[in-house]
Amino acid sequence: MKPGYVPRFSRVERLLHWVNAIGFFFLLATGLILYLPSLSTLVSRRQLMQSLHFWVGVGWVSALVAVAVLGGRRLLRTAREIETFDSDDLRWLRGGKAPQGRFNAGQKINAALTAAFTVLFLLSGLLLWFGERDTRFRFASTVILHDGLMFGSLALLVGHLYLSLIHPATRHALRGMTLGTVSAQWAAQHHAKWEPE
Amino acid sequence: MEMPPVTSESGPRRYGRGIFLATVAGGASSLFWGKAVWDRVTGVVSPVAADIAPILPTGGWRIYTVSGHMPVFDPSTWRLSIGGLVEQPISFDYEALRGLPRAEQVSTFHCVTGWTVRNVHWAGVRISDVLAGAHPHFSAHALRFTSMEKPYVDYLSLSQASLHDVMLAYEMDGQPLPREHGAPVRLVIPEMYGYKSVKWLERIDLVPQAENGYWENLGYDRDAWVGRSNGYSS
Repeated sequence: MKPGYVPRFSRVERLLHWVNAIGFFFLLATGLILYLPSLSTLVSRRQLMQSLHFWVGVGWVSALVAVAVLGGRRLLRTAREIETFDSDDLRWLRGGKAPQGRFNAGQKINAALTAAFTVLFLLSGLLLWFGERDTRFRFASTVILHDGLMFGSLALLVGHLYLSLIHPATRHALRGMTLGTVSAQWAAQHHAKWEPE
Repeated sequence: MEMPPVTSESGPRRYGRGIFLATVAGGASSLFWGKAVWDRVTGVVSPVAADIAPILPTGGWRIYTVSGHMPVFDPSTWRLSIGGLVEQPISFDYEALRGLPRAEQVSTFHCVTGWTVRNVHWAGVRISDVLAGAHPHFSAHALRFTSMEKPYVDYLSLSQASLHDVMLAYEMDGQPLPREHGAPVRLVIPEMYGYKSVKWLERIDLVPQAENGYWENLGYDRDAWVGRSNGYSS
């Protein structure tokens, strides 16, 4: 490891992130082709797009589960870290200056929402697929939920990309998600309560 | 007297789990209320949103096709042919079809998958005006609509086809029917789900009785009344 740098994300954590990201972008692309009339007209191979979208979606969730199993206890500990909010987190969310752990409170909320959206994408996606084949699985609101999740995820994604690629104070974090390490100085400033292992 | 312990500062809490579970529960329950709320919201928002952002799919349409290629309308070769149990098979080119008495209507389009587009302005011709010159035989009780998109066909009984708001539309919202909506002409039957409204029409045959169309062969109802077919009840 380069001197002055500390490990922030393990291999499994990074794998989980990138499996999620790649799957999401593929599903977004094929989903938009199914959703936007202009793109549907341009591509026009709806059956192929529908199958691709469905099977990649199934593959995406399976891959996420596989990585989660691979991560085992250590990944479970990360999940604990993410779901736990202390009084500093609450103060930070109210806009106050408060020292943050390895994840700040905004990242924790983003992770919780992303996980919930994934479960709901899977649920509504399966209902759309089976609903086309059997009326017992057909709800008038399934497609609205699936679309709403897309818009919600896009909103999170735009914020996430801004903070990780553009915003000068936070974009150093991208290094943590690619190489695994961040500068110790940056960590002390942004994640004061975190004690790197 | 013993007092309960008082904590001034709350300790770490698992709010993340709460956010996750509440979001999943809220999202899953929306399967039962999402459409009602969304219809109300779009009724207010979509006229405004369509002006601000024409690229956004605020119109609510989705384009469904069943083959690998979306038909292209060529005015020099396209004909709408009327045949089957008729005394005089006839066909119309685009100009001839537009020469028939013009009908207009504003109606709501319902898709069986759950999306709805309100206040669609259609212009076209009534089916009775199209059939008149062909003199249907008395043994015909239904119509078979054939699309340029193979192998899409669907059927309506003559009584369904003569509902007051059934038409063959060649204009939509003041414009010639766009390609993705079935150019040059499509069937419109607002009281049934959209899969009955055959796009890219090229042929209408009079037949003894209605049979299964494309989606009916895949398990959808032949009589696709909005709100009371395909597993829905209102």
